[in-house]
Amino acid sequence: MTKRQKRMVAVGALVLGVGLAAALGFTAFRKNMMYFYTPSDLLTGKLAAGAALQLGGLVEKGSLKRGEGLAIEFVMSDCHNAVPVHYEGVLPDLFREGQGVIATGHMDAQNVFVASTILAKHDENYMPPNVAKAVGEVDGKHSCAPFKSVTTASSN
Amino acid sequence: MWTWFHQLASPPTFYRFADVLAPWLFGLAVLLIGVGVYGGLFLAPADYQQGDAFRIIYIHVPAAALSLSIYTLMAVAGGVALIWRMKLAEVAVVAAAPVGASFTALALVTGMLWGKPTWGAYWVWDARLTSELVLLFLYAGVIGLNQAYSDPRAGARACAWLALVGVINVPIVHFSVTWWNSLHQGASILSVEGIRNPKISGDMLWPLLVSLGGFYLFFGAVWLRRMQNEVLWRERNARWAQQMVAA
Repeated sequence: MTKRQKRMVAVGALVLGVGLAAALGFTAFRKNMMYFYTPSDLLTGKLAAGAALQLGGLVEKGSLKRGEGLAIEFVMSDCHNAVPVHYEGVLPDLFREGQGVIATGHMDAQNVFVASTILAKHDENYMPPNVAKAVGEVDGKHSCAPFKSVTTASSN
Repeated sequence: MWTWFHQLASPPTFYRFADVLAPWLFGLAVLLIGVGVYGGLFLAPADYQQGDAFRIIYIHVPAAALSLSIYTLMAVAGGVALIWRMKLAEVAVVAAAPVGASFTALALVTGMLWGKPTWGAYWVWDARLTSELVLLFLYAGVIGLNQAYSDPRAGARACAWLALVGVINVPIVHFSVTWWNSLHQGASILSVEGIRNPKISGDMLWPLLVSLGGFYLFFGAVWLRRMQNEVLWRERNARWAQQMVAA
């Protein structure tokens, strides 16, 4: 083998090795890479009861109820399971029914998720309002695909 | 064809070639970025959800795309530099790093400015944002490593190794939104589905594509100029370089 071929092997082995290590590492730590859990994860009972966590899903249509002041209640769904959420505070502009949101908080004794912050999760669709109207309800454009279950091995 | 490549790899030939090419790339880049940004800010309609806030994509998306492309380019040039010991490939690696770092920083800053009104937070530690920040650190590492060597060839080769190790982060940044749950949304254009049927309406898409083209050409122009500087510095004792400076 010439010196050049040896260097070629070294470079190839490095890239493959790092790639393999990353693939193994990230497969093992898949759970830790997840920014939020889904309502399905919460209801399987595999998570510690009352643990502080981030929960992501869609605001179910027709579930939003405004209480006194800034208090709101709504149902967060990942198309398989749903969890009631209670929140009191400022909401991002994009918050609405049918919108993907991520809430930080914990499940209380009455099985209501009490949130301390709510972030809006935007989706990858961009269109002018008249097109959005023609496509149909805003709700119809949102999908549950971005909300992957953490506790089940691989569900997309 | 091959002889032309070999000739181009010689510093004086490259220097003159870049001198001719760079102004054209720069002029075209200014034109395309101008058209793209004008189209994005004035001609494209407001988004049905975000209103005018979405218009940051005409800067954010090209900057983010370049941050990944430039690192990939550095890894490829790094491989060539290590295997074939090609001087011009070494120059290509070290000249690209500061430009890549700038675009990464621009992508992060524009993303944060958009994130606050849209998501409700400037920063979260989700997979996309974190891996893009790691990319910025990788660029900083390449820049720092290059500065740490007094011998430019040894420095460039160390940078090439780091570029090759770090290139694993590029697919991680791109697929982070597919593999894991993240706050950042998925890809509108560069996904299996998006390529066939972009998830962004046509009158918003064309200024983005024009702006993307302009940013890439701009990078090309800046990269060539930086490579010229690096070549001139490395060859400062050569007769052609002294003649070039004297002229």
